[in-house]
Amino acid sequence: MDMQQWLYSMPARLRSLFHSNQVDQEMKEELREHLDQQIKENIARGMSAEEARRTAVRAMGGITQIEQQCRDARGGNLVEDFVQDLGYGCRQLLRNPGFSVLAILCLTLGTGANAVVFSWVEGILFRPYPMVAHQERLFALAGTARGETGATELSWADFQDLRRSCTMCEDAFVSKITGSTLSVGDHAETARGSIVSANYFNAIGVRPVLGRGFETSEDVGSDSHPVVVISYDLWRDRYKSDPNIIGRMQRFNNVPHTIIGVAPQGFYGTFVGWAMQFWVPASMEETFESGGYKLESRDERWIEAYVRLAPGVTRTQAQQELSAIGARLATDYPTTNRGRNFAIWALWETPFNNARTLLPTLEVMVAVVGFVLLIACANVANLLLVRSFTRRHEMSIRLAIGASRVRLLKQLLTEGLILAALGTTGGLVVAYWCRHALVLLLPRRSGVAMYLPGQIDARVMALSVGLCLLVTLIVGFFPAFHTRKLDLAGPLKAESAGVVGARGRAWMRSGLVVLQVSLSFVLLVGAALLLKSLEKIRTTSPGFTTTSVVTTGVSLVAAGYDEKRAKTFQDELIDRLSALPGVESAAFARVTPLGYGTYSSTPIAVDGYQPSLEEQPALEYNQVGPGYFSTMGIALLSGREFTRTDDENAPLVAIVNRTMVARYWKGEDPVGRRLQVKGRWARIVGVAADSKYESMREATKPFFYVPLRQDFVRGPVLNIRTHLPLPAVSGTLVREVHALDANLAVYEMITLQEQVNRSTSPQLVAVTLVSILGGLALLLAGVGLYGVMSYAVAQSTRELGLRMALGAGAANLLRLVISRGLRLTAGGLVFGFMAALALTKLLAKLLYSVSPHDPMVFASVLAVMTITATSACLLPAWRASRTDPARVLRD
Amino acid sequence: MSKPSDLVQGTLDMLILKILALEPLNGWAISQRLKQISSDVLGVSDGSLYPALHKLQHRGWIRAEWKPSENNRRAKFYSLTRVGRQQLEKETASWNRVSAAISGIVQLKEA
Repeated sequence: MDMQQWLYSMPARLRSLFHSNQVDQEMKEELREHLDQQIKENIARGMSAEEARRTAVRAMGGITQIEQQCRDARGGNLVEDFVQDLGYGCRQLLRNPGFSVLAILCLTLGTGANAVVFSWVEGILFRPYPMVAHQERLFALAGTARGETGATELSWADFQDLRRSCTMCEDAFVSKITGSTLSVGDHAETARGSIVSANYFNAIGVRPVLGRGFETSEDVGSDSHPVVVISYDLWRDRYKSDPNIIGRMQRFNNVPHTIIGVAPQGFYGTFVGWAMQFWVPASMEETFESGGYKLESRDERWIEAYVRLAPGVTRTQAQQELSAIGARLATDYPTTNRGRNFAIWALWETPFNNARTLLPTLEVMVAVVGFVLLIACANVANLLLVRSFTRRHEMSIRLAIGASRVRLLKQLLTEGLILAALGTTGGLVVAYWCRHALVLLLPRRSGVAMYLPGQIDARVMALSVGLCLLVTLIVGFFPAFHTRKLDLAGPLKAESAGVVGARGRAWMRSGLVVLQVSLSFVLLVGAALLLKSLEKIRTTSPGFTTTSVVTTGVSLVAAGYDEKRAKTFQDELIDRLSALPGVESAAFARVTPLGYGTYSSTPIAVDGYQPSLEEQPALEYNQVGPGYFSTMGIALLSGREFTRTDDENAPLVAIVNRTMVARYWKGEDPVGRRLQVKGRWARIVGVAADSKYESMREATKPFFYVPLRQDFVRGPVLNIRTHLPLPAVSGTLVREVHALDANLAVYEMITLQEQVNRSTSPQLVAVTLVSILGGLALLLAGVGLYGVMSYAVAQSTRELGLRMALGAGAANLLRLVISRGLRLTAGGLVFGFMAALALTKLLAKLLYSVSPHDPMVFASVLAVMTITATSACLLPAWRASRTDPARVLRD
Repeated sequence: MSKPSDLVQGTLDMLILKILALEPLNGWAISQRLKQISSDVLGVSDGSLYPALHKLQHRGWIRAEWKPSENNRRAKFYSLTRVGRQQLEKETASWNRVSAAISGIVQLKEA
């Protein structure tokens, strides 16, 4: 329809929409006029009055039909019908409040679970950084190394080369998470921040609301630009929104920084998992990172970065260009870059933040909530089917007086739409409440809660509306399908009794129950597998003692200790702690296993091991103090532990793990052999047992240790082996630390078991969520089965009464009903079993040493479902057994 | 639904438009005119006339107003709109094309 015609048609359309009664009256008048004229003409031809009328009506072919056809011909009818159906549907729902509330609650649950998970996927994986421009073109940038799976960090120098050479990148910026103790007034607490390249704020398109971002020169030099941009929340909460904040000095890690800007409200940086509170330029790296000045070395890999691709560039194209740049760097700088390259990842696969850890969980959740929605729909469809039975009288009458089947279908779909729309609205409200709930399932660390907000934006809304329409179609389909079989005469004659007359519908309802049972079975199997896996993870030995060892840290870097002072302090503290009753031993280490810290990685060379041309062996290692292995309970298989004498003045030494021995020395005891670390040769003095280093789920990997004194860091973690309770150790430690220096703070103290538990929190999240939803699914399936059985019993009282009259006892009827219910359940379980066998493979990424087809899990879920199904049938069966044959047959 | 079985779908629209192009008429008069012009060959039932009128009105091709009729009763008179006239020209042109083509085929001499 072109514009002009559309304009011309508007008056008639608007009139029939808003003055439909008048338009209808006029149409009737017009038709009556025509009829009168025809009658007059017929009379003039000599017919009797009665005959004239009859002939005229026959010529027109039925006034009512013509009226309806005229209404249909008016295009506005679609809207008009819809408004009418809407009103009618609402009245229908209000007439049955119990039914309506139940149906809407079911759908709220289903759509709500979906909207919540969508909001998490959107807020954590797809658009994780509020206010950051063009996230659809943003990719995580990290390094790769031959022989290592996954990502490595990048060196500043390599990053600068990449930024200069990449033509397909619109921009590239560094954002490396760091932390600091922040003291404002007398209140000190941990703050999270990012070390960023100077182009950071420009590249992400975020303007500070006060002051400025960084200038190009500010990421050059060694600790040369102590400037900081703080977050809006920090400014509001800690500085009371001081309008004169710009230019004020604030100590971060004991170095005075000038506050040059305040970021806008709602900007939380670019790290999934934590809300950033401050940003410092890369030139301040030494103050925040251990290991000295790294901006000019290609060997020091410490940064995490992002690139934004130019519009129209695909990920593959960009990756090709980056690989070419990486290959060139490997040729130009073979000693540092051989076998290394660049790689980009979509934001949801970012290897260096919590996106990667949550991705498998959220993937599974998307599937799980899809199941829950289907189960909820099946329940509502079942409810609607019951109602369509009680409404078939109404439907038949409407058909009989001339409504078309299409019109009835529209009516039923409209009613479905009302339910779906109310359910979806409820679901979005639920999602709004729960959008930040994911973080509640994760344990708090170091007193700072993680920041994992869900986001309900236009895309999530659109998806929810799409789901709403899908639900409408699903729940509207079943009753509509049923009207297909409606014949005009049947229901008008008499209410037929018994299940026989309703076989088609009974079949459909049973089918829906079978579907529910099978979907619930799959969900419960998933939940049980995850539960068993978590149990396995938590009971598996990580290779070190978890119960009687605590881990903590002391704020040496924040207090501005230099290397010499830090060394003295560490030795004195260990001496004092070891002398305490109840403390067995204590040792510093750079990183606690399974903690948040990341290990250093270094290229190595091994005496007598010839790497292939392209291989550049590089391994992760830990710097540990004297007594580390006995403190942690890591067995030494050969040789000795590090001692106080393995210091900076002594020959370099190393301890390697068993897997490393197997890889580089073919299993021969390497004690006394040499290992090259960071270009210097160290002698191997011991072999340690394998243990878990970063994750409970990791495979055993080659790893080695060097003495802390020979590769020093100022801010290591402290591990204490003791049988004292945690609060007692904590109090003692604070006392001892303050005895040495009252200005030092002691970090949060936890047992290694707690550390293990925290590292497995993604599994815990998955278990919790899938268990909750699996439980709900079981409940819904139980309710569905109960509904079908109660309905069947209520409909067949006559049959039951007859059976009783013919001699069936109460026990027979009880058995009859329960066995029918169990037959349905068995059908569902068979399908569920097959579906679960096929689908649990999707869980593999989250499972630890549990087969996706674990027979114990399948068996126990079978048992649980059978028990639930039996209990769901008990009440209807009991009612059936109480049938009074005399009364039923009399009625 | 009673459709004009022997009338090419859409032709009725064109006929109505053509009749109304001559003068505004009410429903009864249009039905009489249809019968006259087509000498009852087309057999348009009154049943299909009114839905067609309502459809045309809703497409903006004709407009309706209530006026006293010859016998001084209120009657709904339909008249052509500007887009209706354009539509009529379009349909006439295409009708001429189609009918010329068809008659060309029908008149082919068998060899």
